[in-house]
Amino acid sequence: MSKLPTPSRASSDKSSSHPGFAVRSSATSSSLASRRATVYDRNMNRRAPDLALSTFAFLFSEMVQYSQKNVKGVQEMENRLSAYGYHVGQRVLELATVREIKNAKRETRVLGLLQFINTTIWKAIFGKVADALEKSKDQEDEYMIIDNNPVANSYISVPKELSSLDCASFQAGVIEAVMDGCQFPAKITAHSVPTELYPLKTVFLVKLDPLVIEREKYMR
Amino acid sequence: MAVRTPRQIGEDVWKTRIEKVNAELVTLTYGSVVAQLCKDFTNDYIQVNEQLDKMGYNIGIRLIEDILARTNSERCRSFKDTAEMISKVGFKIFLNITPAILNWSQDNKQFSLIFDDNPLSDFVELPDDGKAINELWYSNILCGVLRGALEMVQLQVEAKFVSDVLRGDDTTEMRVTLIRVLEDEMPVGDE
Repeated sequence: MSKLPTPSRASSDKSSSHPGFAVRSSATSSSLASRRATVYDRNMNRRAPDLALSTFAFLFSEMVQYSQKNVKGVQEMENRLSAYGYHVGQRVLELATVREIKNAKRETRVLGLLQFINTTIWKAIFGKVADALEKSKDQEDEYMIIDNNPVANSYISVPKELSSLDCASFQAGVIEAVMDGCQFPAKITAHSVPTELYPLKTVFLVKLDPLVIEREKYMR
Repeated sequence: MAVRTPRQIGEDVWKTRIEKVNAELVTLTYGSVVAQLCKDFTNDYIQVNEQLDKMGYNIGIRLIEDILARTNSERCRSFKDTAEMISKVGFKIFLNITPAILNWSQDNKQFSLIFDDNPLSDFVELPDDGKAINELWYSNILCGVLRGALEMVQLQVEAKFVSDVLRGDDTTEMRVTLIRVLEDEMPVGDE
């Protein structure tokens, strides 16, 4: 994994998403570094101006089509999309943490972290806060993040035979990476719940690892 | 009505007719795609370049419609006009950049796009395996986009990167060559 081009300086390792320093060893890259400003010299607070939604939509559509190759079922397809999201989520968390460093606090409770995802993370990457955060009535370890209009689903129409597929699994991957990165391991799945008003509405079901539930009990 | 320059068209469309998203979403998603390809092709960067170009082509053949529908612009009279439209309208609308057009060949069939700023490669550092830096064209999807989009307006071109700041070059340069102007072809058996 460490050999992959990573769009941030986060290590690709699941568990450590703190701002680490890449070790530059080979002669080529050190001479390269001396020649020009590197990504490390960049001001992390500089936010790039917005881009067109169509740019994302075109790219996402290619991503979905590429993931469809040799896929064995809806489940596998969603896992692949989620893996793309995971990669994005790791970096979003790091960026958000670095940028908020002055008033950053370590979330120790599930609810606090979910609210952080619902607001800060969602806003940082999808440009708006998520529409709702709910706790499951029956299951102690389940929460729901609800987005009435997830950006990943804009311009996606799912064929009838794949009706259970929700391309917002990509966004589920983002949530999963953030939760993992904050040491709250959980499994996130996306479920489309179309309503008349919001045909693209998606519920992200957060199923917490038993370990997290146990820890919560100690903290009460 | 005065004829609008490509720059005016681009600015105008960008300001008024484009729904926007956070740039970092696009940047990171693209990074995620390239990283996945590197994994799938076990770091065979030549194949990664090809796959990116293919994806770009698929995007290009649909994206041109998006441009034409939004801009309502006239047919380009020369390849020079086309170059202007690519930079000032195409890149402006989709990536909010206007790469400089330089180094025209004598026969006006080749030019370079110089990218000062490239949203796709923000935050990016190529893998430190001594190979990627010589083989991977990180933003190669753009070449495919150009090839696909121009083919849909009867221009067969070749587009390829010749330098990239990610590789340690001073500039990021894409060379675009007009191969031929395609004729409108009648489908077989159609009168």
